[in-house]
Amino acid sequence: MAPEGLKRTERASIVPNMSPPRAEKSVSESERRTLGQVGLFLRRNLGGYLFLLPALAIFALFVWYRLVLGFVMSFQNVDMINPAAWVGWANYQKVFSDPLFGIAWRNTLVFTGYALLFGYVVPLVLALLINEMRHGKALFRLAFYLPVMLPPIVVSFLWLWLYNADAGLINSLLNVVHLPGGLWLETKSSALPALVVVATWGAAGSTMLIYLAALQGVPASLYEAAEIDGTNLWQRLWHVTLPTIRPIMLLMLVLQIIATMQVFTEPFTMTGGGPDNATLTVLILIYRYTFQDAEFGEASALGVILFLVLAVFALFYMRMTGRLMEAD
Amino acid sequence: MALLAHKVPRFRQRVQSDLVDSSERTLVSPLTLRRPSGRAIYWTVFALLLVSTLITFGPLYWMFSSALKSSIEIFQNPPTIWPLHPAWSNYFNAWNVLQYPLYFGNTVILAAGAVVLQLVVSATAAFALSKLRPAGKGIIQFVFFSTLMVPPVVYLIPQFVNISNLPLIHVSLINNWSGVWLPEAASALNILILKSFFDTIPRELTDAARLDGANSWQVFTRIVLPLSRPALAVVTIFTVVASWKDFLWPLLVLFNPEVQPLSVAIYHEAGINSTYPLPFNYLMAGLVLASVPPILLFLLFQRQIIRGVNLTGLKG
Repeated sequence: MAPEGLKRTERASIVPNMSPPRAEKSVSESERRTLGQVGLFLRRNLGGYLFLLPALAIFALFVWYRLVLGFVMSFQNVDMINPAAWVGWANYQKVFSDPLFGIAWRNTLVFTGYALLFGYVVPLVLALLINEMRHGKALFRLAFYLPVMLPPIVVSFLWLWLYNADAGLINSLLNVVHLPGGLWLETKSSALPALVVVATWGAAGSTMLIYLAALQGVPASLYEAAEIDGTNLWQRLWHVTLPTIRPIMLLMLVLQIIATMQVFTEPFTMTGGGPDNATLTVLILIYRYTFQDAEFGEASALGVILFLVLAVFALFYMRMTGRLMEAD
Repeated sequence: MALLAHKVPRFRQRVQSDLVDSSERTLVSPLTLRRPSGRAIYWTVFALLLVSTLITFGPLYWMFSSALKSSIEIFQNPPTIWPLHPAWSNYFNAWNVLQYPLYFGNTVILAAGAVVLQLVVSATAAFALSKLRPAGKGIIQFVFFSTLMVPPVVYLIPQFVNISNLPLIHVSLINNWSGVWLPEAASALNILILKSFFDTIPRELTDAARLDGANSWQVFTRIVLPLSRPALAVVTIFTVVASWKDFLWPLLVLFNPEVQPLSVAIYHEAGINSTYPLPFNYLMAGLVLASVPPILLFLLFQRQIIRGVNLTGLKG
């Protein structure tokens, strides 16, 4: 993000009271020896630490402390009334032996699979087509991005109405062309795919916008060179466009997997996990453990399991964004 | 729309040249677009895209028009595309039944607090990491940025258990807006966006200010912040949108209807678990009212939002 050139000049400029970081480190070792040098160390760094204080406090209290606590709680019996008691692996055993555990994971994985099927291909194709347009680009961008701005609760309730069995738009349209309507959310086989449609409708626009930006970064000279070599449209798509945006495509794949595996709002508000647990996802199960059974330990254990699964994908993500993370 | 209108007179003359002379070179070659067959395909795709915008505009229109129907007409089959007797009063009724003044106010306060807190926390940290670079900067950056990969779901339950009894000070933040503001303020993404923007501010500027005797705080408030307005705007808009869309966490923390934001209130009024679900026409009117602010926000700040998406790139 920061242009390389700027960074280099930044490093090169050496000003008396602001030596570059590398020199600073070696100096700071010897500084600690005497009291006066401690003062110097503080004078040089105190400002920085003061500026970092609010963020460090918030991160310590609301992220890192909680994270550790989540792992601790998964080995405890916590009911908010009695003091927490150590129970070893009991929570994990209970979670694994819960028949809903398998159902929740299967539903979550099926949801993720469908969500990728729709949510991965549709935004890419849309972006490719819109990028070729010489007219109405702004209109198309607006049209497909608009649902992203809507609160998920609005999206969910709107689609609850569209799916309505008696008078929903979808069944009405099917009636017009003399096709039978369906009980989309009330039928076991169609409930989960129906929710995928809703989630995709609400989120595809933001992925599309990211692809559009990536496509604008494909250098025109590459296309021109390929054309001089006599390639046709499909060859250019396959050998120029897609390879250029492949890093973003990989990144989006991982991010979409991580995001869709945490699906909650749509099943929670539209089906409540039903019918017959057909849309029960891992997060809904965590919610039920917490607020129906007051089993905070079990909820934490399931949270830790979800974390470990997501961590695998997160590691991919970390490798891909590695350059952003570098402590330059 | 106004933009389109003023283009119309010139539209016809420009069509020919537009297809070919565009300075942007994309996948399709300009030569192809000059051929009649290429042009036919281009306009076919254009028409297809235009039709497919109905996939998003259709449901939105349906939400808006359903809200104008009577409770009988809304269940009519086949449905009316535009209501026979548009009942604008539905909007007023939904406004009153859903207690909109209260919940709108709560949502705005939640968003405003989130913006202030997140800007203060992220900008100070980003400034320290980018310009002050204290010893141990690498470790501190790791502390922040490694949380980018930890889905918040993992600490959802401990977060909830302990928001009711904060360590050391033993204060409960349940039913308190701070219970929503504070955890959200830990945004590594904001720090990342602001830091990379601050990194582009030439060191010469901050050094010159220091030679003139400015301290760190003055460099921060008088040089870095004013120069970073675009990045601050992006962070602000994204924080407002995220806060407006937030559902799960406020649902858990804010039990008391008096402090709930719109999305939680709508859920309690109309959700599958509510005792007296709202009639569909009122519900749709309520949804339209809840959608107007974010849609306006998008129309007003389209450029910043698109730039923000490109900048963050990573946010799904």
